[in-house]
Amino acid sequence: MAHRSRISGTALVLRGNDIDTDRIIPARFLKGVSFAGLEAHVFADERSALRARSRMHPFDDAQRRGARILVVNKNFGCGSSREHAPQALQRWGIAAVVGESFGDIFAGNSVAIGMPCLRVSERDAALLQEAVEADGARTFAVDLEEKTIRSGNLVVPVDLSDGARAQLLEGTWDATAVLLAAGPQIEKTAARLPYLNGWA
Amino acid sequence: MPKSLYEKVFDRHVVRPLTGGQHQLFIGLHLIHEVTSPPAFQDLRDRGLTVRHPERTFATQDHANPTTSLLRPYADRENEGQVQALERNVEAFGIRYFSPERGEHGIVHVIGPELGLTQPGMTIACGDSHTPTHGAFGAIAFGIGTSQIRDVLATQTLVMEKLKVRRIEITGRLRPGVYAKDVALHLINVMGAKGGVGFAHEFAGPVVERFSMEERMTLCNMAIEGGARCGYVNPDATTYAWLRGRPYVPGGAAWERAVRDWDSIRSDIDAPYDDLVTIDGSTIEPMVTWGVSVDQSVPVTGTIPTDTEDAGIADAADFMGWQPGQAIAGTPIDVAFIGSCTNGRLSDFQAVADLLAGRDLKVAPHVKALIVPGSQQVRNELVARGLDKLFVTAGFEFREAGCSMCLAINPDRLEGRQVCASSSNRNFKGRQGSPTGRTLLMSPVMVAAAAIAGAVTDPRTLFGTLQ
Ligand code: SF4
Repeated sequence: MAHRSRISGTALVLRGNDIDTDRIIPARFLKGVSFAGLEAHVFADERSALRARSRMHPFDDAQRRGARILVVNKNFGCGSSREHAPQALQRWGIAAVVGESFGDIFAGNSVAIGMPCLRVSERDAALLQEAVEADGARTFAVDLEEKTIRSGNLVVPVDLSDGARAQLLEGTWDATAVLLAAGPQIEKTAARLPYLNGWA
Repeated sequence: MPKSLYEKVFDRHVVRPLTGGQHQLFIGLHLIHEVTSPPAFQDLRDRGLTVRHPERTFATQDHANPTTSLLRPYADRENEGQVQALERNVEAFGIRYFSPERGEHGIVHVIGPELGLTQPGMTIACGDSHTPTHGAFGAIAFGIGTSQIRDVLATQTLVMEKLKVRRIEITGRLRPGVYAKDVALHLINVMGAKGGVGFAHEFAGPVVERFSMEERMTLCNMAIEGGARCGYVNPDATTYAWLRGRPYVPGGAAWERAVRDWDSIRSDIDAPYDDLVTIDGSTIEPMVTWGVSVDQSVPVTGTIPTDTEDAGIADAADFMGWQPGQAIAGTPIDVAFIGSCTNGRLSDFQAVADLLAGRDLKVAPHVKALIVPGSQQVRNELVARGLDKLFVTAGFEFREAGCSMCLAINPDRLEGRQVCASSSNRNFKGRQGSPTGRTLLMSPVMVAAAAIAGAVTDPRTLFGTLQ
């Protein structure tokens, strides 16, 4: 699998704390048996609610349609474990999410599909959000090697766990092959577990 | 070196270290349901892989099935499609399936413990965020996404980082009319919806020690709503008494050996923790959420916050349509839902039934009130005790087992701006099916009080002194 050390492109801002995965992809879109087509429904209810008030959701802004980096605030992706949420964002075109903090399961699911969730300070989140909103055409580059996000002379440090960073840099975020490589060590572990061996 | 239960259990299951401080962790018990597993099986097929330990994965259906009738095919084509995909997958890969046809189905977090599949010292994974429920037994249990379901199916292992461990001690004694659900809502209110991010929560202290297993499950179930990926309680005599004799629990000499092992995995008295929080249980009031995040709650005697400077509070109050400073009690409701993996167990319904019995109370005429057992077994027991009749006489609908109105994926949903008093676990915008619907989370007893009064009510007032 390819390494993923640099992600660049224009960005999109979504303000607010505690944006849960039910909001990212409402439950009624979880009724299929595959993730195909989810991109059409990302933030479906919020978008239509704003449309009804003649206001525009960032995901409806035609000028931001090509955005690859999503900038959020605190506890983004909390709640339900649905992988449909990062899948919908990724299928829409988002390649990296930058924010103050993330729900643990969402962050894990995102890494598993090669989409890093990068933590920045509250101040830097505000700085980035202002920069994006001031100029929609401005491009940003996330560099996982040096743990930064850059745009012109703006340089902001980003943080992610060593494990997630290693997986992305080494191209092993899709973990199945790595896990299979343990081979018989898996069964050796099972053989040590009391509850799988009658507590003998 | 003294260790917490989390560390002991984690260490036992490490297959090997991976780069970046991660570990390959063996998963002792894998539970699946019809909503998050179909793409994982498809992925497995696409890669020419198989299920490595089919005997360690167990399946049921809960999210998608209707609760009015379990007659197939289900009227909703997509619900039917997900269940058929599950049926094909368990058949093809030799996985034990607890099905409605055999009267064995139920919410995955209700049937795991009920069957004794859930045991102390296990690692338990399920494609569902409320998997920490199983931590009530002293297991390390956490929710995973679909890619990770694929990993567990293919390898019986996962890539995991060790979490930090926070011990939360609940001291003193709960006051009458305060339930495990109120404790969970209070904790999340105090610590915030993201307070537990990066942590496993060990629940302890006299209140938790006195809790029944079902109360411990309610508390651990909501660990994720406080941001913690897993929560647990150290196993003790209460745990063992509950487990003994269940179908997947060993008997005879193996039982004795199991109990010795389970005792040994309890946190050591001098175990180190990354954080320690103490909450005085005697200060906790019956709680109700007013907003769209689980930490937005007040005591039932409280009022909607007036801090409109806070964008989160302002947005929630606007969505819900409340005035700052307005009392939460007296808020009219349209729907009352008692069920879910948080509060859909026998003791939850029994507590409500005990208060209804002999009081001649009726559900308010404008309220649609649902009793949805968490599993077929819970349902059977309620019927055996005659409580189905009691509920129906009081004006509740008595339904088939399932997730029902906890999540808008089956036919049970809110409509329009309806307000639902709900014993479930999430008040997120749109959670119960209508994008503009409103959810107030509370204990089953408070839901019953709201159903009868037709509005949010302090159950201590409506039912008189509560035990
Ligand atoms: S009852 Fe609700 S929270 Fe629990 S498993 Fe079902 S949908 Fe999820």
